Amino acid sequence: MLITSAIITGLGLGAMYGLLALGFHITYAVSNTVNFSQGSSMMLGAVLGYTFGVTLGWPMPLAIVAALSLCGVFGLAVERFLVRPFADRGSNGWLMATVAGGIVLDNVVLFTFGKEPRSLPSPWASDAISVFGVGAYPLQLVIPVVGIVAAAALSFLLRNTSYGKGMLAVVQQPEAAKLMGIDTRMVIAGAFAVSTILAGVAGLLIAPLFNVSANMGLVFGIKAFATAILGGIGSAWGVVVAGLLYGLVEALTTAFLGSSYTQIISFSLIILALLFMPNGLLGSAAIKKV
Amino acid sequence: MSVFKTALKITRRTLLATGTASFIALGALPAQAADTIKIGLIASLSGPSAKSGEAITRGLTIAIDEINADGGILGKQVELLSRDDENNPGKGLVAARELIQREKVAVLFGGLQTPVSLAIVPFVNQIEVPFMGPWAAGTPITKNGAEKNYVFRVSAVDELVDIALVERAVSVHGSKKPGMILINNPWGESNEKGLMAALKAKGMPNAGVEKIEGSDIDVVPQLTRLQQAGADTLFMVANVGPSAQVMKSLERMGWDVPVVSHWGPAGGRFSELGGPRAKDVEMIQTFTFSGNESAKAKTMMEKLMARFPEIKSEADVTPAVGIANAYDAMHLSALAIKNAGSTEGPKVREGFYAIDSYDGLIKSYKMPFTADKHDALGPEDYLFTQFIDGKIVPIQ
Repeated sequence: MLITSAIITGLGLGAMYGLLALGFHITYAVSNTVNFSQGSSMMLGAVLGYTFGVTLGWPMPLAIVAALSLCGVFGLAVERFLVRPFADRGSNGWLMATVAGGIVLDNVVLFTFGKEPRSLPSPWASDAISVFGVGAYPLQLVIPVVGIVAAAALSFLLRNTSYGKGMLAVVQQPEAAKLMGIDTRMVIAGAFAVSTILAGVAGLLIAPLFNVSANMGLVFGIKAFATAILGGIGSAWGVVVAGLLYGLVEALTTAFLGSSYTQIISFSLIILALLFMPNGLLGSAAIKKV
Repeated sequence: MSVFKTALKITRRTLLATGTASFIALGALPAQAADTIKIGLIASLSGPSAKSGEAITRGLTIAIDEINADGGILGKQVELLSRDDENNPGKGLVAARELIQREKVAVLFGGLQTPVSLAIVPFVNQIEVPFMGPWAAGTPITKNGAEKNYVFRVSAVDELVDIALVERAVSVHGSKKPGMILINNPWGESNEKGLMAALKAKGMPNAGVEKIEGSDIDVVPQLTRLQQAGADTLFMVANVGPSAQVMKSLERMGWDVPVVSHWGPAGGRFSELGGPRAKDVEMIQTFTFSGNESAKAKTMMEKLMARFPEIKSEADVTPAVGIANAYDAMHLSALAIKNAGSTEGPKVREGFYAIDSYDGLIKSYKMPFTADKHDALGPEDYLFTQFIDGKIVPIQ
């Protein structure tokens, strides 16, 4: 019973990290840059979902579509104003700019949405069902499925479609890609939009289990980046598998050793894993052509 | 690199120059034209605990309005200066320095967060300005070991709350082996010690101590450990968010265990966040408006509604402890300054000891402070409450 409940908890949590980490993966894959405001993007999805669905009373499907669309717009803005001006000059300024962008967003939301956490109701998180004798909300079982489907879709898109191959070409040979008629700017901007939409999906999925507040994304963003590195940030499957593993390690450590040890064990394992597998679980070393 | 070094040099120089200049300027200033008596407040005015700062501000405002309408203290009007600690002990300490050294506040009030108050305590004891705690319950805030203790409190005290929690678990729920689910911060630690001591005093075993983080989505693993260790009651010490996660996880597990709680959930929208089990939490308070028949409580509610139009009902003044504690603490501080006949810290401290009686909102205080007792409230003033439809009501 202890192990079953820990596995359900861990997979749900892990898939969350995985979804956020996929966002890190996709922008890295096409532009070698990442959006460090992923945690805030996740919060944005949850806050907008709450605002449209609960405060304004829109039908939930419409609220979700609207929230995710705005998350996408946020991603485009991040790329245009916080990444491109720096990346174009070969500067790493985007690192700090995206962190700062996330902090600004958190505080804007704190100002407008309010200081109190809220609860986003969901029919999938109201009545517990029994899974192998352990109580769980249906939503907890849906999250890992969404995570795996998203990884499969991204992996397929990038490897098996001409658009996806075009995206990968952008990072390998930007000039050649341009000559081949690929609009590199559009591809990179699109990748950022997809990354923030994925974060928005994670936010909307987690909100009914957690609560909605301006600072909800911070810790998730940090852990998701850790899992992105652990999985090998260049591999979609790698980051999702790492997310699931990390979630499982957290939940199992808590269940068997006690919560005082959770952070110590889980982060120590990340350091150890990276010592032995510097490119991450499923990542590969970047090939430098001289 | 050299550019960086130059920049650093300039910054250091500039800093040094600015520091010296302000030091000289401060020294050259004539003694502050003190036409008002200033009261400082350092509390969470933004972030997830902002409601607590708002409650303390409301209690202080009503008390100060009354004092000023009565002619002020020592013939001077009272003025409130508030600073946001942003839940950050470092920022709280910086604000304390500013309010005491620059603004010359006569009494400094603290907020909800024990870690912030603990950061301020050594400073006020050293600079000899009274620090009044209207909320943070950490035991070492008032029991700080200073030879001359300048810290007073009108609020619950963790070690006494812990005794009351154990008492309730045993007397109401017949608990023989309680478990603990505590927030992973100094407040949780303070209560872990207190609960362990209270259980030891009763010769009772415990089913274990589990920690929760503010970001924990799922507390099932921790709770399952306590359940398997045979916990028959849970002691909960955490703020609104994590407490809500505990109740949601209990609901999911289908574990119907009594939850006896410190007052953490008493803020924000616990009824909404904690799901159907939120109402089952038995939570300690020092004051509620609901079910309170005293004339003072009714008058206070009317004054609050008149002064703050956004307050429409008792549900809008949740939690009431911050308001009531701050209100009584402000009136007690005014009495202390009156007794001192001055705003000098050491004299005001003696003034607190000289308070004979005060008929307050929470109770009638008799000799509330002595050299050995810096907490005006004790276990006899605590009451157990539950959340019903967003209101905190005493358990019948």
